[in-house]
Amino acid sequence: MPPAVPTEFFVMLSMILFALGAMGVLLRKNAILVFMSVELMLNSANLALAAFARQWNEMDGHIFVFFVMTVAAAEVAIGLALIVAIFRHKQSINIDDLHQLEG
Amino acid sequence: MHTDSYPQLIPLVILIPAIGAFINLFWGKRLTERVSGWIGITAALLSFVISWLIVSHVHGAHGAGSVVNPPAFFDGWIRIESIGLDIPWQFRVDPITSVMLLVVTGVGSLIHIYSMGYMHGDPKFSRFFAFLNMFLMFMLILVTGNNFLMMFVGWEGVGLMSYLLIGFNWDKGGALGRKNANAARKAMIVNRVGDFGILMSVFLIFWTFGTLNFYSPGETANVCYALEVNHLGECEKKGEHSETEGEGAAVVPAEGETTAEGEHSETEATTAEGEHSETTAAEGEHGETEATTDEHGETTTAEGEHGEEAEGEHGAPVALEDIDNSQFEPKQLGVFGQTKYYMELPEGDAGRMISFGPFELDFGQVLFLILIFMMLGVAGKSAQIPLFIWLPDAMAGPTPVSALMHAATMVTAGVFLLVRSNVFLDYAPEARFVIAIIGSTTALMAGYIAIGQWDIKRVLAYSTISQLGFMVAAVGLGAYVAAIFHLATHAVFKALLFLGSGSVIHGVEHGHHHGHGHGHDSHDDHHDDHAAHHDDFDPQDMRNMGGLGNRMPLTYITYLFGTFALAGLPFFAGFWSKDEILADAWHVGFDEGHLEGYIVLGLLLAAAACTAFYMWRQVQMVFHGQPRSEGAANAPESSAWMVIPLLILAFFSFTIGFMNVPTNGPFHGFFGWKDYEFKHFLESSVPSLTGKTPLEFNWLLAIGAVALAFAAIAFAHSRYAGDKALENREDPNIANRLDPLYANRATRQIWSLANARMYWDEIYGALIEQPYNRLADFFANVVDWRFLHDYFHDTVLKKGYDTLAGLLARPFDLGIIDGAVNGVGWLIGFFSGRMRGLQTGYVRTYAVVLLFGVVVVIVLMLLPLIQARAGQ
Repeated sequence: MPPAVPTEFFVMLSMILFALGAMGVLLRKNAILVFMSVELMLNSANLALAAFARQWNEMDGHIFVFFVMTVAAAEVAIGLALIVAIFRHKQSINIDDLHQLEG
Repeated sequence: MHTDSYPQLIPLVILIPAIGAFINLFWGKRLTERVSGWIGITAALLSFVISWLIVSHVHGAHGAGSVVNPPAFFDGWIRIESIGLDIPWQFRVDPITSVMLLVVTGVGSLIHIYSMGYMHGDPKFSRFFAFLNMFLMFMLILVTGNNFLMMFVGWEGVGLMSYLLIGFNWDKGGALGRKNANAARKAMIVNRVGDFGILMSVFLIFWTFGTLNFYSPGETANVCYALEVNHLGECEKKGEHSETEGEGAAVVPAEGETTAEGEHSETEATTAEGEHSETTAAEGEHGETEATTDEHGETTTAEGEHGEEAEGEHGAPVALEDIDNSQFEPKQLGVFGQTKYYMELPEGDAGRMISFGPFELDFGQVLFLILIFMMLGVAGKSAQIPLFIWLPDAMAGPTPVSALMHAATMVTAGVFLLVRSNVFLDYAPEARFVIAIIGSTTALMAGYIAIGQWDIKRVLAYSTISQLGFMVAAVGLGAYVAAIFHLATHAVFKALLFLGSGSVIHGVEHGHHHGHGHGHDSHDDHHDDHAAHHDDFDPQDMRNMGGLGNRMPLTYITYLFGTFALAGLPFFAGFWSKDEILADAWHVGFDEGHLEGYIVLGLLLAAAACTAFYMWRQVQMVFHGQPRSEGAANAPESSAWMVIPLLILAFFSFTIGFMNVPTNGPFHGFFGWKDYEFKHFLESSVPSLTGKTPLEFNWLLAIGAVALAFAAIAFAHSRYAGDKALENREDPNIANRLDPLYANRATRQIWSLANARMYWDEIYGALIEQPYNRLADFFANVVDWRFLHDYFHDTVLKKGYDTLAGLLARPFDLGIIDGAVNGVGWLIGFFSGRMRGLQTGYVRTYAVVLLFGVVVVIVLMLLPLIQARAGQ
């Protein structure tokens, strides 16, 4: 049975989502929004992986997606904890306030 | 009796003292005095017994059988194939060795026994016996070797033991210990000068002959003698022979088919042997028997006129080829056989020239050089002018050492070496002249010095030098038998005298302790080290003696025997041996008309007179008159350990002389011995003896010499008898007790010169020691310190180094190395300063950069695809 939706569509959507995520990371000041944008990029990658796995009838992509989702879940736990710690320290989650590594 | 296997025992003669020395050296400290003494004595006695067995074979056998070359004990001891050097460790048993074996082990055993008493209580007792045994071992190696290198090993070994034993008491405190150590060093250093001569001589011998063997195995030393005792006939003397036969082939007028050509074929030799086997010739038949040698002297044939007349079987098991050395090529012979070969080549023959690289020397000249260098070594070891100066100082050693090494055996090694080299000497009359003059001068000089000595042992030391001079002079005259004979008799009576003097010293020292109420502690050290005691009483000084004849009767009687033997009073040992040397000098002078004969005779007669004089002076001072010190007044007789050897030696110093009684003199045929028993015995070692008519007893000379000795004794008696022995004899300061000769104005100068030992030490001090020290001082202070240290080290080396180091430190290290390192640091700092602006610290910036990076990477990855697409 030929695929109901062509793979190109999924890839296009994945690209759009990735670009949106990337813009979010670059342009947002709120750390939580930046964090959510990162999640968006990860999930766009997941979408592309799943689409290609369906396209080639291989399970590798699906398995990889699971890995990414697991890592993303762990990342969320650590990332949110970091943000809470930063907020406690700085009373702010504006990432532009965080430039102590300036050379 | 089958004695043929006895000479095979010869390694044991050396091995047994070696084992004794080994035990005492390594376990001596744990052994009691008695055990280690007995080990030493047993080793010496066993060695003596074996020597006796060996000598019984040599004495019993005749001709070739009396010389034994046992198979090499250690073949290839030293072997360097590229230069053809192959020296086996091989023994040789022949009459000369036999005599030395008996002298060394016999006198050595007695001195071991004596030492048991003499060294009693010494803390280094076992070490002393270890050294004595080791000395025996080296001395026996010296006399039994069949090559010059073994001889040299023994020669150096006894020198080492001499050093160790002279300085045996080096650890006595203060000046005395230093004196002992210095005496040992002096002996060592003076002997090194002599050893240079020996080494040069050995090198020359090897260069010339290509071997160091005395004789090759199987070679017969004395062809003529071996033939004679096998009754093949008389051997013509070489000199006469070459005159009569010329240089060509010696063709004997043949009766029948046996003709001897210059080149002997084997068949001829066999013929001769065939005849020989049936031939027994009584002595009377020798006239009819003709045997002659060809011009090389290697082969001999016999004319068997009397072959048929011969009856019975002589039964000599030796084949003729084994006797006449014809089975050897000339170059295979030992050095002495080769000497004969070379000397019988005509003068100027190319074969006689020995090449030394840039120049060539005639064989005769080389022989002269060999002997002169050898004589230098002999002068060192046997204490001849100019190297005798160590021997009087060597008296610092314990008295048994003086008796064994510095009187009886070691110092005679030089004479032994010369007699061993008798074939060389036969062909080198110029060298013999030098040797004779040195020997006789030494004899007189040392005899004269002995007159002026106070120390009982020093008198005997100079006496030894004098007697060694007699022996060396005898060798120089070609009287080898007389030299060895005197060597043997002198070993006995001089050992006796030394041991007697040791007994006297021992007694006086005991008496001194006793008299001073120190208590008689036999475990105290009371040897030659008396001066180390609390007072400066010197028990060796004859001024402290006197009247000991009553206190020590046995020592006195035996000492008289030794004195008479040394003075040459009739029928004592010294009479026969000394008289034989004088008779030989007479013969060489008056009968043969050689200059050295007259010189030697005159010098030796004067020396003999001195001998009698100083010995009688000593006897008077030591044993007669009144005691001049408490030590002498209370001296006890020595223990049996010491007296028994004295008695044995006294017995032999009377009897030993009878072994070589002249033909027509008194005691002809005494003990059933043949006349000149000793000469016959030595003949197979000394080729030139054969054919030489033994000298008749020279009544005129004997009576003259004895009269001279008696006159000297009478003169000494008139000066020293009884209480006249010293002027001011009661003076507490012994330096004020004067010799009567000194007190008398007429003889004062003569005596003073002798007392000062003719200033030999001072002369050597001025001629050698001081210039040497000044040279050493120059090298040390000027060359080493001022030039090398101050100038070269401080100026050249140190400054140069400093300059170089400064150059390296400042411009190079600071400038280039540091500059490079610092420059790199600065550069990095500079660039990183520029680049730190890139780090804003804003996450956003980093994210952008990351994004750009990813885009760039992706573009680069996709570029080939895009290009491929574009190319389609």
